[in-house]
Amino acid sequence: MKRVSLVFSLALAATFWSQAATAQTLKTVTDRGMVSCGVSQGLPGFSSPDDKGNWTGLDVDICRAIAAAIFNDPNKVKFVPLSAKDRFTALQSGEIDLLSRNTTWTLSRDTSLGANFTGVTYYDGQGFLVKKSLKVNSALELNSASICVQTGTTTEQNLADYFKGNNMKYEVIAFGSADETVKAYESGRCDVFTADVSQLFAERLKLSNPADHNVLPEVISKEPLGPMVRHGDDQWFDLVKWVLFAMIDAEELGVTQKNVDDMAKSDKPEFKRVFGADGNLGEQLGLTKDWVSRIVKAVGNYGESFDRNVGAGSKLGIARGLNQLWNRGGIQYAPPIR
Amino acid sequence: MTNEPRSAPPQYVARLRRALGGRLGWGGFVLQILFAAALVWIGYEIVANARANLQSQRITSGFGFLANTAGFDVSQNLIPYSGSDSYARVFLVGLLNTLVVAIIGIFFATVIGFLIALGRLSPNWLLSRICGGYVELVRNLPLLFQILFWYLAVLGALPGPRQSISIFGGIFLSNRGLVVPKPIADSGLAPFALAVLIAIIASWLLRTYARRQLFETGKLLTIWPYALGLLIGLPLIAWLAFGAPVTFEIPILKGFNFSGGSRVIPEFVALTLALSTYTGAFIAEIVRAGIQSVHKGQLEAGSSLGLPRGSTLRLIVVPQALRVILPPLTNQYLNLTKNSSLAVAIGYPDLVSVFAGTTLSQTGQAIEIIAITMGVYLLISLVTSAIMSFYGWRISRSLG
Repeated sequence: MKRVSLVFSLALAATFWSQAATAQTLKTVTDRGMVSCGVSQGLPGFSSPDDKGNWTGLDVDICRAIAAAIFNDPNKVKFVPLSAKDRFTALQSGEIDLLSRNTTWTLSRDTSLGANFTGVTYYDGQGFLVKKSLKVNSALELNSASICVQTGTTTEQNLADYFKGNNMKYEVIAFGSADETVKAYESGRCDVFTADVSQLFAERLKLSNPADHNVLPEVISKEPLGPMVRHGDDQWFDLVKWVLFAMIDAEELGVTQKNVDDMAKSDKPEFKRVFGADGNLGEQLGLTKDWVSRIVKAVGNYGESFDRNVGAGSKLGIARGLNQLWNRGGIQYAPPIR
Repeated sequence: MTNEPRSAPPQYVARLRRALGGRLGWGGFVLQILFAAALVWIGYEIVANARANLQSQRITSGFGFLANTAGFDVSQNLIPYSGSDSYARVFLVGLLNTLVVAIIGIFFATVIGFLIALGRLSPNWLLSRICGGYVELVRNLPLLFQILFWYLAVLGALPGPRQSISIFGGIFLSNRGLVVPKPIADSGLAPFALAVLIAIIASWLLRTYARRQLFETGKLLTIWPYALGLLIGLPLIAWLAFGAPVTFEIPILKGFNFSGGSRVIPEFVALTLALSTYTGAFIAEIVRAGIQSVHKGQLEAGSSLGLPRGSTLRLIVVPQALRVILPPLTNQYLNLTKNSSLAVAIGYPDLVSVFAGTTLSQTGQAIEIIAITMGVYLLISLVTSAIMSFYGWRISRSLG
């Protein structure tokens, strides 16, 4: 019934809100003393709680970085777990300040939901997970297969497009949550589980015998995942956007969690700007001069966060691939801090 | 002084006044008009303000999205549907899937309920305890748990399509559901259907004739051998003369799944089973209460007329019990329909799953979609209630 209550609060908000009230997210957040951040209901690597209830993941680090930039404390975040279906309503109704929940940037989402994407935290694509025992090596061999999918994602439409485009038949069974989908796949109801590739790697870890399952080589769609904020508050939009850029720029400049204090003392003009010794870039965002060092101290640069959560240093072990920096063969690129 | 009988005041004016203004008279009527106008105005303001605000936030609103292409597929569609159809079509597909589960579920729940109730009232100790145990077990476990049990533990334990259980070489049972040969109309269908129709009408006429004989002359005619002969013989002759009415498309295992034939998906089976067994347990208690509410004297009167126990129940007890049974039975029917929205947990494509789920997240128009969905459930419930009230009204009229 969470969805109905969200819709109800959206209806209430739509009835009574006025422009002025929505345009002060930063003030609301500062007054509250917490950033309210919409995350997934548990997707290892991106946002999932550990056994002590601490949230970790790449998406979670964005929330923590914002909290660090505002409060100098990465723990001042209230995490709101949301299903794929409920996420946009939660953002629209003001229940959360930003949505950082492996959400694909598409034109229709950018234009019709009353929200904006602030950047790309992870370049993903949709893939297929199959049992090795089926001896399938390519997605083009999947004619007539039964396919499990989580409802409320871009996945369902990509799937329809791909099978129609290749003149193949299939049966789709759509479940409400990721856990139910994986359970049905494991029980043999479906031959294939489809989702974003990063998610396939993450969900495979939950299967009883991960080694018996294979991610097929085909990637059938572009899924740039990123955080979202409501329309109508450009200051907050800029802030969320630049926190991510700061993490990416920090990696490019070689600033890490360990060396950030030393780097901050550097005399190079670029470092002086970034660390606030020169100019007032942080204040222009509504933050403090030392906003970048706060962020990097709390969650590290983009590369560190990637490695810790989804990359080589994590259980998922996903290669950097497209998410490598632009000058190292990937496409992660952030505008300069100046 | 004469006692002139005073003419009664014109009743309709008083009645109108009562209806419109209550005890306050015309003043009250004005108040009511003002109140209603205020309500309408508030409602209008809410809608207009919400619209304006959504627009200024650049959140798309309105019902235009229904004409857009859906672009996703659904595993069970009773009407032709493909990904290139509109969201309105998806809505219909989901609605029909909800209705079919509700109707079939209600049918089986009623059958189960009546059988369990009769079993529980039976003088046989073992049967009555078994039925009692069923009721206590099933109605005290959460419904979602039962749905998942049927889906994952029972149907999920079936073998995969390549090792499916085959019955007569044409029916296949696997964890992909039940696949049966699909009947396809052939040239002999029209004569065959006509023969069946004629046989049914003839048998019915025969029965009417026999009844009239019974009431007028007291002679009991045995007609069932003739009726049986008609019902089997005529269609058989048509079959032999004009060829087979239908041919069957036998399903074949091709690739991952069966192709050809008709298929009942396991999600549908699990949901229907869970809903009908669960609601059946409640209905059993309602029916038992209804039957026990009929005075013992009625049963004794039936026996003293020489009616067999079955006829006593059917003709005397159940019609009286129905008056007690119907209102709570209607509640159970409504519950079953609404509970069918738990389908999303096992991936059955009902209205909530495909419309309030996938369509909502693809279009993001939460307010409109949730409003439509709520409205539809309300309408289904009201129609069910109306049908049941009508049935109750007919029964009470026939009982006098």
